[in-house]
Amino acid sequence: MGDALTVPKLSARGVVVRRGGRAILDVGSLEIAAGEVVAVIGPNGAGKSTLLLQLALLERPDAGEVLFEGAPARGRELRLRRRMAAVFQEPLLLDRTGLANVETGLRLRGVRREERRGRALHWLSRFGVSALAGRSSRTLSGGEAQRVSLARAFALEPEVLLLDEPFSALDQPTREAIIGDLHGVLSETRTTTVLVTHDRDEAARLGDRVAVLIDGRVRQTGAPSEVFGAPVDEEVAAFVGVETVVAATVISRADGLVTLLAAGHTIEAVAAGEYARALVCLRPEDVSVSTRGAHVAGSARNKLPGRVRRITPTGADARVEIDCGFALTARITRRSIDDLGLAAGMEIVASFKATAVHLIPK
Amino acid sequence: MDLIWEGLRDAIRMLAHNENSVYSIAWRSVYVSGTATLISLVLGVGLGAGIAFRRFPGRMLVLTLVNTGMGLPPVVVGLFVAIMLWRSGPLGELGWIYTPKAMIVAQTVIATPVITGFTAASLAALHPRLRLQVYALGASRLQMLWIVLQEVRLPLLAAIMAGFGAAISEVGASVMVGGNIAGQTRVLTGAVLLEQSKGNFGPALALGIILLVMMVAVNALFTWVQLGTQRDRRGATGADAQAAQRAPISSPWATR
Repeated sequence: MGDALTVPKLSARGVVVRRGGRAILDVGSLEIAAGEVVAVIGPNGAGKSTLLLQLALLERPDAGEVLFEGAPARGRELRLRRRMAAVFQEPLLLDRTGLANVETGLRLRGVRREERRGRALHWLSRFGVSALAGRSSRTLSGGEAQRVSLARAFALEPEVLLLDEPFSALDQPTREAIIGDLHGVLSETRTTTVLVTHDRDEAARLGDRVAVLIDGRVRQTGAPSEVFGAPVDEEVAAFVGVETVVAATVISRADGLVTLLAAGHTIEAVAAGEYARALVCLRPEDVSVSTRGAHVAGSARNKLPGRVRRITPTGADARVEIDCGFALTARITRRSIDDLGLAAGMEIVASFKATAVHLIPK
Repeated sequence: MDLIWEGLRDAIRMLAHNENSVYSIAWRSVYVSGTATLISLVLGVGLGAGIAFRRFPGRMLVLTLVNTGMGLPPVVVGLFVAIMLWRSGPLGELGWIYTPKAMIVAQTVIATPVITGFTAASLAALHPRLRLQVYALGASRLQMLWIVLQEVRLPLLAAIMAGFGAAISEVGASVMVGGNIAGQTRVLTGAVLLEQSKGNFGPALALGIILLVMMVAVNALFTWVQLGTQRDRRGATGADAQAAQRAPISSPWATR
């Protein structure tokens, strides 16, 4: 019992994959505990899919090993694959009915007909596609096919579920609906899951833990709030949505409050550690904007005067690019923009809390 | 025109009275070509899967050879197989020359590249990740192959028809390695050749018609299976007949 709690369900140790002499994947260590959902995020070409193929035991690494419950997987891939399931970006259904598709994996495992059918129908209904049981897979829409594909994976009652960008080819409403269903199923089954995605919102919504993969290396792992709020380096910061990164010099420290100087402004941050220089990181949603002379409400310790450079609408919000000696980005609602009468060239004050500032020591 | 009517009359008469042992000749044709097609199917599917799924040095060369082989001149095959099976040849000890076995070997050499080429092309056209998905569902290597072959069942049926057509319709190789011996190695094509060379156009035409009718019958059977597969694809609701129409029926004779 003790072992089951401490030994990771699945782990990659020193896994290296080379293509054309170049290491496209070089994972020092990645561990997935039983029952947790790990979201692997990273930009396109970071090696996310390659990592997933390794974890799914569909490709062998050039160096290192994948461990299943602490023991090397090499040599028993087929047996272990039958305890896992994978869903890819494309539904990859076979040219048969929806039901026959969901039954295929069970048939390969020698599950008897009645049980096969029962499980297949249950999972088709769980993903809301019972009506597609008798339909040929050729006639399904993208969303329908991906639901059948998910049912096919869950019908195997896998110990480990591997998802490779399963929603990225779907339109927004379909994607939202399927993510909602998957979230419900996962929190019920507590299936150990690795989700590969380039979508930060998807990762934050489904992942208990997030691993950031850039250039084939795992740069950071942690809870979503930790990774998104406190990225370890500039590249991770850029990928997780930190839009303002500025170099600063520490001028004083007191009671956990660090005062820094950046482009002529003093900035206060709540941070620990001993270093003389740091990168100041700010997420756009943590920055608010007010007009000059107006009273700034709230507890924001940092108030920087600046000038609006550009306003870019993004759905219900807008990105406001501000020049205050360095480039600062804020995200505020379009309603606030109207209320403040913001326009390019306007003099404003950008404010943010000391706790919103994340420092990367340099 | 008289010649044609005469041929038709002869054909009916020969079939009615089993003249010139026409039934045993026809049966031998089916037996030799059918066996050759079955062996070619096993070899061709294996080779085709290897070419489609594996990356190996010389793959391009193998593919070129297979493509060339799809139009291999039967006379050259006959010559090569005859040399191999000749009493003093490398495989002479088998004693197969001038037996149906030699004809099966020759027709296998002719039909295998046809089935290999069709199989490789249809498997290569599948989504490259489909194989990974099938493995991820828990398939062993053989199970994976079985499942993806079902995915290409329509082109595979076309491959079988093309292979059988290539085997049963060739004459050069069969006569060269079989000897066209009455009652032993005479098949329909050889019989047509013999009757024509003797100036017996009636019986020659009759035998030719019998060969054609047989080929139509065999292909009607396979086409019926193909269409049945397409009907299944529409699924229980039968909603999308157009989807089934999108998959064309390849002409089995396209390679000849």
